[in-house]
Amino acid sequence: MSLRSNVLDLRKRKKEVQKGGGDKAIEKQVKMGKLTARERILALLDKNSFHEYDLFVEHAAKDFGMEGKKLHGDGVIIGTGTIYDKPVCVFAQDFTVAGGSLGLMHARKITKIMDHALKMRVPLIGINDSGGARIQEGVNSLAGYGEIFFRNTLASGVIPQISVILGPCAGGAVYSPALTDFVFVVENISKMFITGPSVVKSVLGEEVSMEELGGARVHAEVTGNAHFYAQTELECFEQIKTLISYIPRNNSRKALAHKPKAPLKGKKVEDIVPADPRIPYDMREVIKSISDGSEFLEVMEDFAPNIIIGFGRMNGETVGFVANQPMVLAGVLDIDSSDKAARFIRYCDAFNIPIVTMEDLPGYLPGVDQEHAGVIRHGAKILYAYSEATVPKITVILRKAYGGGYIAMNSRHLRADFVFAWPTAEIAVMGPEGAANIVFRKEIAEAENPEEMRQQKIEEYKQKFANPYVAAAQGYIDEVIEPSETRSRILHALQVSENKSASMPAKKHGIPPF
Amino acid sequence: MAEEKELKNLVVQGAVYKTTYTKKFENRVNYTSPDPNELYSFIPGTIIDLFVKPKQKVKEGETLLLLEAMKMENQVRMPFDGEIVKIHVKKGEVIPNRHLMIVIKPTK
Repeated sequence: MSLRSNVLDLRKRKKEVQKGGGDKAIEKQVKMGKLTARERILALLDKNSFHEYDLFVEHAAKDFGMEGKKLHGDGVIIGTGTIYDKPVCVFAQDFTVAGGSLGLMHARKITKIMDHALKMRVPLIGINDSGGARIQEGVNSLAGYGEIFFRNTLASGVIPQISVILGPCAGGAVYSPALTDFVFVVENISKMFITGPSVVKSVLGEEVSMEELGGARVHAEVTGNAHFYAQTELECFEQIKTLISYIPRNNSRKALAHKPKAPLKGKKVEDIVPADPRIPYDMREVIKSISDGSEFLEVMEDFAPNIIIGFGRMNGETVGFVANQPMVLAGVLDIDSSDKAARFIRYCDAFNIPIVTMEDLPGYLPGVDQEHAGVIRHGAKILYAYSEATVPKITVILRKAYGGGYIAMNSRHLRADFVFAWPTAEIAVMGPEGAANIVFRKEIAEAENPEEMRQQKIEEYKQKFANPYVAAAQGYIDEVIEPSETRSRILHALQVSENKSASMPAKKHGIPPF
Repeated sequence: MAEEKELKNLVVQGAVYKTTYTKKFENRVNYTSPDPNELYSFIPGTIIDLFVKPKQKVKEGETLLLLEAMKMENQVRMPFDGEIVKIHVKKGEVIPNRHLMIVIKPTK
């Protein structure tokens, strides 16, 4: 027998298994508007770069008629490949094989590629499309989930972990994506929930559709579980590739530098921002007016839009932007925005990405709902995240920086490395209106015309405190800069910070308020 | 997109800011102090039994109804000596969370 016949046999075997659940199941998958697991991997990775492992793994379940049942690849594809020529590890659940249900061997394949990713220090991308635990395998499938969650936690902060939800992801399965860094969802395809609509209805009597309960929009806008939202799977893969281009392969590296580019010649930064601190503008325009090529990859665009987070480049190097958005809720900090920003700050810190903070906020959002939902402990997250971050930290105060908001937004007091302020910056305990009402309460009450007196006192306070010079006199800000100098000052600060050395006291880990 | 929305006012510490609202902010429920005479459900579930009638005098601690939720039977008890004013639920009814079940009043 020649070697040739063995090779032909191998090819035949491969071809058989690579069909996954077979033509009928694939047809169903296509009808749902979904790509197959294999198509997804090929669309995501560089051409011809994918190498699959554990193709011939089979399940070992015996109960409930499982014996003798063939499940190709046990419903999941694992392997390695490259994106922009850089290695990644990937797994994709195959819904055409037993609904992508997770059994023992299925989980073992996933944990094998996770271990590989962690050992080799390369990013892990998981494509989720699964009906959930394989009931026939009982507690073994629960064990499988547990092994995955544990590895997600081990790998957290060491390698980038990306979850792509391209189908159902229900019950315990949702906790793997929740433990990873970035979750991608696609309109009409992604469904994530702990308990599905039928259980919600039978137990609680609440009527809700799958889309309303845990569709892509819900996770992008309401829950904050998703970081990127796309209309199609292919758009989603492009988003992943763009993200990968901004982040380093692991926590001991810096993100790859790109060729430095000047911002596009558009609106000048000084023409975007009105001088009156009560008039809004779109902070994204400010970021784009200073970032390389005016490029900005916004993260969690539709969740808590009163704060903006995302990646851009300055002089070719990746930076993380955290910025208040005066266009939404005046840019206040609240529970959701604190949570959103804090996690992003920790991400940047873990992966050596300098943080540029653009500040313009009137403080924390007042309200019983906020207080009762715990704005104290949630709001504390952002203070914690900034304080513990040791990457270069640069702050630009554009206009308002009042009270607790001023402290929280990477102030000097939380060890910002550089704090710049525009001449329009107002760094004070509160805005002139609120302050005048308290400081001059007596004068206003006793005046013949209280309203006139109030306006006069507001103006007086404004003149005295609503500027950057009181803080500058204390050295709390390093420099008052002209708006047009913003980019050049940040570039210089980043250059100076290149070899920054700072550390936290030795400890096992801190106790952040989560 | 934010810029297509109409600008609204947001007051923070006396200053009026022009801005837009989020859906969550618009849908927030204004806080009202709870009325001790109104008994609301604290979990969605099913009323599996009802033990009282309107105008009935009830002692503190007596069970008014059974609310089954998450496979548990929760006894809803009278918080003080008083009288049943109005009953807003029926036996077998499935009710959501924070649903008004019974109005009571204390004995003078």
